[in-house]
Amino acid sequence: MRFSVSNTAIDVAAAKKAVTDNSCGALVVFEGWIRDHNEGQQVEQLEYEVYRPVAEKEGTKIIDEAFERFGVSNAVCIHREGLLELGEVAVIVCVSSPHRDAAFDACRYIIDQVKTRLPIWKKEHYVSGISEWVSCEHCAAAGG
Amino acid sequence: MKTKVRYFALFREQTGCESETIDWPGGSAAELFQMMAEKHSNLTTEAAALVAINDEMSGWETVLIDADEVLFFPPVAGG
Repeated sequence: MRFSVSNTAIDVAAAKKAVTDNSCGALVVFEGWIRDHNEGQQVEQLEYEVYRPVAEKEGTKIIDEAFERFGVSNAVCIHREGLLELGEVAVIVCVSSPHRDAAFDACRYIIDQVKTRLPIWKKEHYVSGISEWVSCEHCAAAGG
Repeated sequence: MKTKVRYFALFREQTGCESETIDWPGGSAAELFQMMAEKHSNLTTEAAALVAINDEMSGWETVLIDADEVLFFPPVAGG
């Protein structure tokens, strides 16, 4: 499956292996990690809510678009759901291609689209005890 | 006509419910949201909110038909 949602830790090595291809000279991997701060708040945990029926459909569509636009050979994306601790991998995108330009472009395209199109929401739990839903504009500004 | 409405994340917390079925004269997804915002005073209109109908992403101007299931998605934040 090219796009999937997981409620357990993402196996980074297995995701990379899924795009291994002897015809490819380039592999680009993006890992989104849970970091310890956002907008001046100390983050303790992060919770992802995913509406799978639409997320899986749209996620697969995004990867198909990347194949079409950039002509890459292989691409997978896995997104976590549930409660995550600092340092955990929240999302991974792996793209392989004969040459690096297409792999970089496709990887960037996939993560950017995943952030804005899929029904996935994150709630940050702060050290202060407060919890807050994070909006897309905020995460785009903060990077990650 | 009857329409099932489902709320997610922030919208679920604002309305205090996961879903409800309403009987109304019909209209677009945007009109339905507006009506629900009048019913649930905490439900905020978000420019970046998305809508899906019967598990397919859709547009706010889509006119609903009887027995559609409408999903209101607050601004998303994957990654």
